[in-house]
Amino acid sequence: MEMTVIRAGALTTVQDAGRPGQRAAGVPSGGAADQLALRVANLLVGNSEDAAALECTLTGPELVFSTDTLIAIGGAAFVGLPVWQTVRVRAGERFALGACRGGCRSYVAVAGGIDVAPVLGGRGTYPPAKLGGLAGRALRDGDILPLVRVTRSGSLEHWHIDPRLLPAYTASPVLRVVRGAHAAEFGTGWLEAEFSVTSRFDRMGVRLAGPPQRRNATRELLSSAVGPGTVQVPPDGQPIILLADAQTIGGYPRLAHVIGVDQPLAAQLQTGGTVRFREVTLAEAHRLWLARERDIGILREGLAQKFR
Amino acid sequence: MTLSPLGDNAVVLELGQEPTEAVFAQVQALAAALAHHPPPGVIDVVPAFVSVTVFYDLAHIGSYEQLCAELRTRAGRAASRPPFELGRLVEIPVCYAGKFAPDLAEVATHAGIAAAEVVALHAGAEYRVQAIGFVPGFPYLHGLAPRLHTPRRPSPRTQVPAGAVGIGGAQTGVYPFATPGGWNLIGRTPLALFRPEEEPAALLRMGDRVKFRAISPEDFAAWK
Repeated sequence: MEMTVIRAGALTTVQDAGRPGQRAAGVPSGGAADQLALRVANLLVGNSEDAAALECTLTGPELVFSTDTLIAIGGAAFVGLPVWQTVRVRAGERFALGACRGGCRSYVAVAGGIDVAPVLGGRGTYPPAKLGGLAGRALRDGDILPLVRVTRSGSLEHWHIDPRLLPAYTASPVLRVVRGAHAAEFGTGWLEAEFSVTSRFDRMGVRLAGPPQRRNATRELLSSAVGPGTVQVPPDGQPIILLADAQTIGGYPRLAHVIGVDQPLAAQLQTGGTVRFREVTLAEAHRLWLARERDIGILREGLAQKFR
Repeated sequence: MTLSPLGDNAVVLELGQEPTEAVFAQVQALAAALAHHPPPGVIDVVPAFVSVTVFYDLAHIGSYEQLCAELRTRAGRAASRPPFELGRLVEIPVCYAGKFAPDLAEVATHAGIAAAEVVALHAGAEYRVQAIGFVPGFPYLHGLAPRLHTPRRPSPRTQVPAGAVGIGGAQTGVYPFATPGGWNLIGRTPLALFRPEEEPAALLRMGDRVKFRAISPEDFAAWK
């Protein structure tokens, strides 16, 4: 059982739930930039949430499968194709995914999951160190990816996901944040400002442009841990929102952190969009996260009835 | 010691302001204790310079307050521990010659000494790994002779070769693989500092001691 990548698209990689426990060695958590999209897409084809799937960027691949199977697309929609739904594909049928809209990353989960070997506890691709995925690199035209043998089958006809579970992707989100360690050194202007998304975005982070955020302190900072969601401010005053492949430690002042439930929105930012920030308390961020996990748990249980 | 949140899934324990030996010993002791016996829900522990950051899975920590209380207890215990073991001593062979050392002459000029003296000073010191980061396996090494402190290059190279040994300000380090980089390159090691097929993947750990040993281009070429 395999999937052939006829055309790879702009930047398509194998990604999963990430690589826990490796940060002390300098290895980022990695995995899907939009973890919610990956998890839901996997559940929709009867996989465990952390199975390896394709992460497509801006333009999707063209795929063909060696066997009849189920796929589901999560994240940004591809023009003309259903999103957040299970789709039956036939062996040999060419499946062209085209352009993403309403975001910049789409996830294609395939029943069983992509069968690449885990490296340091993750199957996700991290090209800077050539880790995971297929040979540690982005997919190329003609690549063949083995699929895990499917042991469960299911039917999701006449079934629709509860839309309340889905992220409200928008080109101009208000991202909820908790304060960073150095927030007090920046005043409060950043909470009123609007930032635009520059063309400099990748899996490490998204560079914003807007009114420069200046520190009223000169103390040199010693590097310490950063992670996905961290909003750091380099000397030019233009914030960077870190994403899945964020380096493990950083020395720039930390203004804020996008809370877990809003990180999927940050992962979908693209050039031309805008961002505003709204501060919430840590307790609120935790409450929202636990509520999100409860919702996913309900989806998981519901779908477990459909796949046996 | 201060304890503060890093977003909604991590806590930073700052054990001091300056990376003195005493603070560094506590960072090392606490990181080791947390890595060996992680409290419930702790999924990653990141020591660096004066801090230890603990990433957690909210669903498995009980409550945030419980985790913080546990971390305070652990930090207290680590602070009262007798002087820590000095970490392993790792020797890294480095060829400081020719194409392996494109910035050696500049570093020598900046220091006002001969290139051979730069090599003698760099290979003569013992360093301490104060953090691993920037890219997987990259060690931030403390202990560079003050003479050799050299500002980073005004514009970073787009590609620094794997194994390049560099000086950035008061620190020295080794690039584990090809990456952009702004440090002054004075040599190259044939050793792999990051080996994904091994556990741990990074050759060096925070707290390790490092010595460089000068080797010839022939030794470099013959290294398996």
